[in-house]
Amino acid sequence: MYDVVIIGAGVTGSSSARELSRYNLNICVIDKEEDVCCGTSKANSAIVHSGIDCKPGTLMAEMNVKGNELMEPLSKELDFEFKRNGSLILCFAEEDMPHLKELYQQGIDNKIPDIKILSKEELHEMEPNISDEAIAAIYAPSGGIVCPFGMNIAMAENAYDNGVEFRFNTEVRTIKKIEGGYELSTNNGSIRTKCVVNAAGVYADKFHNMVSAKKIHITPRRGEYCLLDKTTGGLVSKTIFQLPGKYGKGILVTPTVHGNTLIGPTADDHDDPESTSTTAQGLAHVCQAATRSVPSVPVRQVITSFSGNRAHEDNHEFIIEELSDAPFFVDAAGIESPGLTSAPAIGIKVADIVCGLLKPEKNPDFNGTRKGIVDPKKLSEEEYAKLIKEKPAYGNIICRCETVTEGEIIDAITRSLGAKSLDGVKRRTRAGMGRCQAGFCSPKTMEIIGRELGLSQLEITKNGGKSNMVVGYSKKSAQEV
Amino acid sequence: MSSYDIVIIGGGPAGLAAAASAKRNGIDSILILERDSQLGGILNQCIHNGFGLHTFKEELTGPEYAKRFIDQVEELKIEYKLNTMVMDIAGDKTITAMNRTDGLFKIQAKAIVLAMGCRERSRGALNIPGFRPAGVYSAGTAQRLVNIEGYMPGREVVILGSGDIGLIMARRMTLEGAKVKVVAELMPFSGGLKRNIVQCLDDFGIPLKLSHTVVDIRGKERLEGITLAEVDNHGKPIPGTEEDYTCDTLLLSCGLIPENELSRGIGVDMNAITSGPSVNESLETSIDGVFACGNVLHVHDLVDFVSEEAAAAGKNAAKYVQNNCTMGEAGKEIPIIATDGVRYTVPKTIHVNRMEDELVVRFRVGAVYKNSYITTYLNDKQIIHRKRPIMAPGEMEEIKLKKSELEAFGGLENITVKIEEA
Repeated sequence: MYDVVIIGAGVTGSSSARELSRYNLNICVIDKEEDVCCGTSKANSAIVHSGIDCKPGTLMAEMNVKGNELMEPLSKELDFEFKRNGSLILCFAEEDMPHLKELYQQGIDNKIPDIKILSKEELHEMEPNISDEAIAAIYAPSGGIVCPFGMNIAMAENAYDNGVEFRFNTEVRTIKKIEGGYELSTNNGSIRTKCVVNAAGVYADKFHNMVSAKKIHITPRRGEYCLLDKTTGGLVSKTIFQLPGKYGKGILVTPTVHGNTLIGPTADDHDDPESTSTTAQGLAHVCQAATRSVPSVPVRQVITSFSGNRAHEDNHEFIIEELSDAPFFVDAAGIESPGLTSAPAIGIKVADIVCGLLKPEKNPDFNGTRKGIVDPKKLSEEEYAKLIKEKPAYGNIICRCETVTEGEIIDAITRSLGAKSLDGVKRRTRAGMGRCQAGFCSPKTMEIIGRELGLSQLEITKNGGKSNMVVGYSKKSAQEV
Repeated sequence: MSSYDIVIIGGGPAGLAAAASAKRNGIDSILILERDSQLGGILNQCIHNGFGLHTFKEELTGPEYAKRFIDQVEELKIEYKLNTMVMDIAGDKTITAMNRTDGLFKIQAKAIVLAMGCRERSRGALNIPGFRPAGVYSAGTAQRLVNIEGYMPGREVVILGSGDIGLIMARRMTLEGAKVKVVAELMPFSGGLKRNIVQCLDDFGIPLKLSHTVVDIRGKERLEGITLAEVDNHGKPIPGTEEDYTCDTLLLSCGLIPENELSRGIGVDMNAITSGPSVNESLETSIDGVFACGNVLHVHDLVDFVSEEAAAAGKNAAKYVQNNCTMGEAGKEIPIIATDGVRYTVPKTIHVNRMEDELVVRFRVGAVYKNSYITTYLNDKQIIHRKRPIMAPGEMEEIKLKKSELEAFGGLENITVKIEEA
């Protein structure tokens, strides 16, 4: 019997796992996908919110502000990409100024550091490409951007290195209360645990409702995005929001930590948590609405588009608590935006709740430091030359667009909780994430995955399951003769 | 730091021809840098025939065509490095490159020939909505998997885009036992060569649907199907024309983009229409001693023309080196104006005193023209008025300018190339 089973290997589950690995607990994270970071955590705005727009006094506001503070030290401890680039909320009409001021006051109430209202002149001086229609803005220097994959993977790897077990391709079907805990029946047998942490994102209501009479309801709220080529990297330096108003919640324009520009998201409620397709209308809306903030946004430079589902709980509030009618079952549910920002704080809160229940000893061997995959581009020429001499695979470029070497890809596959698929390699190294979208590198990456994991090419997948890349040998190929 | 007179970036058809030509024109110190494990570039995966009709008067396969040039490079004892990625080219022509054995290293060049080729437009760039399953490939990636790696990407295929690689792959996949259901093309005309439509689609009974595009992609893990729709004159899908296809593979052949990351890095002026560098009569970019040729300059249909263009670039690079790193007296730079259906020209400008006796100017038209005229004007004086029964964006056109005629024309300010309809 485990002490703790965490359902979901997204940011919430992985952060909770890492925080709990500070204690002497027997922990297992289970996920229905083949890898960490496969749901909401992989398809979002990649923003570290300042917390201005959270309602004061809510758990959301508390977690957001705390998560924002924790992000910088955590990014250093776990070696993932984070940048405090600051954010702007644009106001386009005189009649909306009172609303902007209310929002500013809310930011003050939430104790967001150093926020101020910028005049049109100050705004345009800060961001020359902003629309002339923007008449003022709130500037929040504490806003930031993060690599959501990097953060999620780093937390999970560190949890793993501190003894947390991960089981992938494992889907929970039912949860039953048993003596001294719970029994989870899955497609891979049943799992018993004293305590459950429900970090299942868009499925969190399903698991909550299996054990509790007090039902909750989560709506998958689709957000569609377009990612622009790195040549657009200098378009804006801050994350640009639009003041929520008659145009709806607004579309953001932001640089990413890797130098692309990201625009989106739409907000479209539906009822299929698995539906992450984009729509023609959605993408058109994103491109059109982004030009309201930044008229010169070069929508012809789109290199990919994607959508993700926010786990929108009916009351629009995080639920992080032990269920009153299901002891030792801890929800981390309704984690929609600002969930990514809040993840470090949510992990701590979940760990506090679980520790209150299980009263564990500290783990004396806990090591909170993790080294990411070496990015040779960040080395000096001397260091880079030395690295290639030691490991020649770092001299072999596989992904041209993002200049990712074979050395990085091998590291991504062979390290703790390593990549097993093309998307797994992509999220860890960026191979295939550039402007040709894996056109050149996918055959080579497939070969490396096959070699390192001892798989036939027919077994290589894009992202697990039945997403095989090739279906057989070509007719004249020697393998079939 | 090692140094060479001419460094050629890319060992595909353009780089090979440029190197051989530079050597024959008297330069010994030449280095080709190639990122793949063999010379020949994309030709190595083009195992169909039809290459070399112009150059060798015979039909060769891609690898055979490449071999002719690789043999020349070997015979001429031209140095090359394989598996070598050029990371950066500085304005002073210092090249930073990398491979497994030499590590990270720098080379000083007197002249550089850019010959990096092109890449395919991706699904993302087309912004096709839907899911993102496995089974959506660019046609060239699928070609590599089938012809080089020996794998079948799928069994039931829809192809979007009627570029030449897509047409060739329609035939290849069919010959390999797959069912190619349809080739859809957004434009009201094909983007590929007429001969490929006949030999790759018509001969196999594969339908070509013009003015159609993919409006949805289904399948969470592996592709399960797509939806095609007819488009209006503005390329917008017409509601009610949607048609579902089950398929496990979608191949995209929707255009090629010159690979000019290095060119931008070095700072050469770019042509927004071709996405390649702007060049003059010597195929020289805006930076002295940096030349460009082949698909990195503008996307070609026929490799024969790539070889021809690259030979000129190699010759000019040799001339530059022999002439103490200058192309000689510049004289006046005459712009070539591309208008009225002519999308661009290569070259874009001409120094009359530096041009060869006869200069080939290549261009593409923006639409299909029937029984129209290619015309050329020196200032306002028409010098070429040539009837063409059919011209299409998928087929490159050319005119030839004579140095003697341009020299004899007093007060030349500009040259205009345009299409005049009958």
